Amino acid sequence: MRQGQHPGFGESAGVCVLRLACRHLPYHGPVGCAIYNWDIRGALSSGPELHRNSFTTDLRERDVVFGGEPKLYRSLVELIDVHQPKAAFVYSTCIVGIIGDDVKAVCRRVSDEKGIPVIPVESPGFRGTKRDGYRAACEAIFKLVGTGSTEGISPVSLNILGDFNLAGEVWIIKEYYARMGVEVVATITGDGRVGDISRAHGAALNVVQCSGSMMHLAQLMKERYGIPFMRVSYFGLEDMSEALYGVARYFEDDDVMERAKELVHGEVSAILPEIARYREDLQGKRAGIYVGGAFKAFSLVRALRHLGMRTALVGSQTGTPEDYEELRRICDDGTIIVDDSNPLELTAFLREKECDLFIGGVKERPIAYKLGVAFCDHNHERKEPLEGFVGMSNFAKEVHASVMSPVWKFTPRAKRTAPVHEEVA
Amino acid sequence: MSEARFSNKTCLDASGPASNACKVCSPLGACLAFLGVEGGIPFLHGSQGCATYIRRYLISHFREPVDIASSNFSESAAVFGGEQVFVTGMNNVARRYRPELIGVATTCLSETIGDDVPRLMARYHEEAAVGGPTVVSVSTPAYSGTHADGFQAAVLSLVKKLAVEGTPLDQVNLLPGMVSPADLRHFQEIFRDFGLTVIILPNYANSLDGPIEGSPVFSTTTTVESIGTMGRSLATVELGATLGRHATAGEFLRDHFGVPLTRLRHPVGIEATDELFAVLERLSGRPTPQQCLAERGRLIDGYVDGHKYVAGKCAFVYGEEDLVAATAGFLAEIGVQPAVCLSGGQSGRFAEAVEIAVPGSKGVCQVMEDADLAQLETLLREDPPDILIGHSKGYRMARNAGVPLLRLGFPIHDRVGAQRQLSVGYRGTHDLFDRLVNTCLEAKQTASPVGYSYL
Repeated sequence: MRQGQHPGFGESAGVCVLRLACRHLPYHGPVGCAIYNWDIRGALSSGPELHRNSFTTDLRERDVVFGGEPKLYRSLVELIDVHQPKAAFVYSTCIVGIIGDDVKAVCRRVSDEKGIPVIPVESPGFRGTKRDGYRAACEAIFKLVGTGSTEGISPVSLNILGDFNLAGEVWIIKEYYARMGVEVVATITGDGRVGDISRAHGAALNVVQCSGSMMHLAQLMKERYGIPFMRVSYFGLEDMSEALYGVARYFEDDDVMERAKELVHGEVSAILPEIARYREDLQGKRAGIYVGGAFKAFSLVRALRHLGMRTALVGSQTGTPEDYEELRRICDDGTIIVDDSNPLELTAFLREKECDLFIGGVKERPIAYKLGVAFCDHNHERKEPLEGFVGMSNFAKEVHASVMSPVWKFTPRAKRTAPVHEEVA
Repeated sequence: MSEARFSNKTCLDASGPASNACKVCSPLGACLAFLGVEGGIPFLHGSQGCATYIRRYLISHFREPVDIASSNFSESAAVFGGEQVFVTGMNNVARRYRPELIGVATTCLSETIGDDVPRLMARYHEEAAVGGPTVVSVSTPAYSGTHADGFQAAVLSLVKKLAVEGTPLDQVNLLPGMVSPADLRHFQEIFRDFGLTVIILPNYANSLDGPIEGSPVFSTTTTVESIGTMGRSLATVELGATLGRHATAGEFLRDHFGVPLTRLRHPVGIEATDELFAVLERLSGRPTPQQCLAERGRLIDGYVDGHKYVAGKCAFVYGEEDLVAATAGFLAEIGVQPAVCLSGGQSGRFAEAVEIAVPGSKGVCQVMEDADLAQLETLLREDPPDILIGHSKGYRMARNAGVPLLRLGFPIHDRVGAQRQLSVGYRGTHDLFDRLVNTCLEAKQTASPVGYSYL
């Protein structure tokens, strides 16, 4: 048994492609699969809002018996006629894999008839884990890459991969690169556009965040187009700065580096006093982290250290053995490191380590709260930007707001762990 | 602002897609029902994604930890059958959670490959240690029915499996349908006021609205043992105006154990609540208790105080069929016209239920079953009502159309307190009435160029 801590395969394919603002994507399956994904995330679009709807073929019993292809065809034609998207992605859910619908053939037919790319995403839930779902999404998106013209793209240019523009984060990062004089060709998939992705192969570099999701696309683009990639994180002061410096170093351009230094210096000095104020209160508190990608966990361990906090528990859903080695290296001795955990385990560890803060997704929130532990939402449902220098400031503010709330004094945990001197007054 | 445009259908054609569906899948309803048994843990026989999605959906509404186990199908299980993953998963759950009950719900995957869950359960029992958890299973392929159907099917599976014959007991059964934890607590209180011992199935008042860890639990829960006695109760009260297309737990208890069944619509509004109280008077042999009468009196007083703020307003209501029909009845009672009643449900009884709740509404109120929210949005744009009543998924269309939204039902993902939202009985109706009137007042205030602070 797996206790439903990480979503299945279709879910993660959805996570990536859902951020493509001008696509639309029916789930080919029964009603649940599409509805649970409908507009729960904080991904923003600068233009079309089609991604905030939910489309499903809503398969019924007779479709399962007689095959769902006719319904998929009718649904696609109807939805494309009504919404006029630039491309459509079709997710296959579990039963489609079983009843043997030829989704590819239907997509081909609709694509021919409607003159837009109609791309199947092979994501039946039983066929793998979240990691495999990301892979399927990468392969689907890769079909769009290389279909447009690369004319006019600067040699100092990059694609932003693995950023989903939660709360407008990709706009923050794009602005940083723009200030450095680096052209951003495509953002995949946050606020992504089919037109931009079709010419993404003209960029000089791929920067990959959320490495769990988009690394495969970066590898595919390296193999076919020779575009190198760089793993980055936009969380926390060091990692954000390094994401900019690394790009500047790659282009070996003194002007770009100079502008990067100026940017980092200006941004960091602007928020340091604020961080110092929060640190006064947070010094010595203990944190637990459970997030999707291990790379984010590294950033969080470092960001918490800036706030004077120690990481007592850390884990991820998609980390590799090397990632865990790295976590061991950057965490203090005695830190519990978990892989693909479950609610029972997390509850036990949070108790054991007497954590004051837990960082995770909404599924973990009530676990923390029930134990009297503060919480910071760091998953894709969040609506606050946590990337960039401004994101570090938001992160510090959110952590401080929760950890220092007076409500905890009423909880059994506070009574259990309160130092004696706090009992006065 | 949304640029989405939707087709102009007035009735969902089951051969077409659903855009912004007004339902979730049947395994979710089954999970919710199993969480209403003390020490119960739902177990989905299917891919892991199902459990994860449903957990998140329930957690975001109830704001409580929710554990749902899964057999976590692999590709080979999907090809060769899920027997091994089922047995392994069940053993793990039994060992790690030490539950009183494991409620197994199937999914589209296990149903489509033809896994025989009762046979798998037999194998699990053969191998499992004696004294393990009770196991109940329900068939809930998502391509058939909605979450409301899955909920009812799970309740039926619980009594089917657990209820046994015996000497009559001085107690009554309440099958409340999908209501909030606050509603469940209020039912408990009403029955107690009548001096009746009640078994509520399911009862997630505590599991989905519990106190902080370490606090003593006061609310009564429903145990495996007490479900076992439901066949010996004096009567069953089953709530739900659109029930009956499929066999229900109330019917099963009547047909197999001779427990008399009274089926009522949900007690929202004075008339519907009066019906429940009349039944409770009969069952208890007592008149309605003084404190309930006082609540009824205050409710009428409230109706009178607030009636002009809502008089002649027009509302669109959407959500589960039973809830929408009950709400429509309440609206008619206070002079608000339920112009559209829409649900993704497929009971075949929705129109009839609305007609009973709002006599003479045929032709005036547009009742749409097996419909989606894209259709509701089309209607909303064509002829906006004064208020929209339903769950959080209607927020964007309400915002785009500039129509106030009164949040009611499931899911409520953008406000706190869904689990404490009381809408049944005289007291709950009064709460609902106040929320409705205040939503209208706030909309009026916001739209006013003057900004009166005295209305």
